[in-house]
Amino acid sequence: MSQALVARKSWFEATARARLGGLLDAGSLQEILPPGEAQPSPHLAALDLPGAFDDGVVIGRATLAGRPVLFAAQEGQFMGGAVGEIHGAKIVGLLRRAVQEKPAAVLFLIDSGGVRLHEANAGLIAISEIMRAVLDARAAGVPVLALVGGSCGAFGGMGIVAKLCSAILISEEGRLALSGPEVIETVAGVEEFDSKDRALVWRVTGGKHRYLMGDCAGLVDDDIAAFRLAASEFLAGWQEAEPSLGELRASQRRLEDRLAAYGALRDGLQVWAALGVAQPESVPMLDRDSLVALKEGLPT
Amino acid sequence: METLDFQFASAPVSRSAHTALCGVVGSGNLEILVQAGDQPATCQVSIKTSARGFGATWQAVLATFTTSHPAGGTRIAINDMGATPAVVSLRLAQALAEYRGGEQ
Repeated sequence: MSQALVARKSWFEATARARLGGLLDAGSLQEILPPGEAQPSPHLAALDLPGAFDDGVVIGRATLAGRPVLFAAQEGQFMGGAVGEIHGAKIVGLLRRAVQEKPAAVLFLIDSGGVRLHEANAGLIAISEIMRAVLDARAAGVPVLALVGGSCGAFGGMGIVAKLCSAILISEEGRLALSGPEVIETVAGVEEFDSKDRALVWRVTGGKHRYLMGDCAGLVDDDIAAFRLAASEFLAGWQEAEPSLGELRASQRRLEDRLAAYGALRDGLQVWAALGVAQPESVPMLDRDSLVALKEGLPT
Repeated sequence: METLDFQFASAPVSRSAHTALCGVVGSGNLEILVQAGDQPATCQVSIKTSARGFGATWQAVLATFTTSHPAGGTRIAINDMGATPAVVSLRLAQALAEYRGGEQ
């Protein structure tokens, strides 16, 4: 155990490029539109702000445990991983390529607060194009696997995109939601949601909560090697299902039931108690393996 | 934003086919892209920075760097979000080492 801790390389703290380096097979990574070949954001330049050479997202092809994959990795440290026009166009182009090339999967390393507000409508359109492209790739039989464990989580439009993917693997540090905590506090007041209460934020949007609720297929340690192992194991056992109206209706019903069961609750602690967790207050301190065991023991 | 362009005489660095990138355009950080230039004994630097009015500081940091490291024959592009001179020097050394083919 202590040896594992020594060897651990945090996904949360790593840059997008460092995550890719440890996630994919060594030497297999080929970037598409690398820095120097792509154009930085014209919108940021018009606002007199310095852009990034890759506009905050790295795309390309590689292999994962020998299987060919395409990847897109957002850089959370650049403008909160927010999606601008070029950033979005790179992701959409990659997903469209996936429809043609049929790789074993598209790995989507999400670390983003959503739309880049500086780019306004161009950013909003980019998000909606990504949503459509994710669904097109899945309809073509290519799984799109979201990996969430960065400092920006997956919020706003990227929260929706994450849920449109085939599955999500998340770490305890990862977060997934629609409106971010500060947005909720600004719009509805601190009585509704106190964004400064970090423990509350994680109890409501964090990886453990999302995993317990069944929103994410896997809970992973905050370790690049753990993400690699979880992603390759998940893909080995995953077959993208044909889209079906029946499944959509069933999933709509599940969401309605969930809203009825938990919609009035205020805190993850209350939700976990309602899920049948005997000691909900112990959940935040559990390590990954204990939490997975806890979820497997829950009544369904 | 301020755009700054400099040229420094510097001992030639062994030419590399690939480009090197390091750092991220985040608060107090910067990204540096090193590519092959066309003049073997000159280092061309082009900077886009969010902090205005630090041209003299940039010039001093870069002059020191190009004197103490062989950086001739390169084109260096920088996107900066308020990195301090110490961070700039460290990132430059890192980028140049990567350009020469070293690990980090």
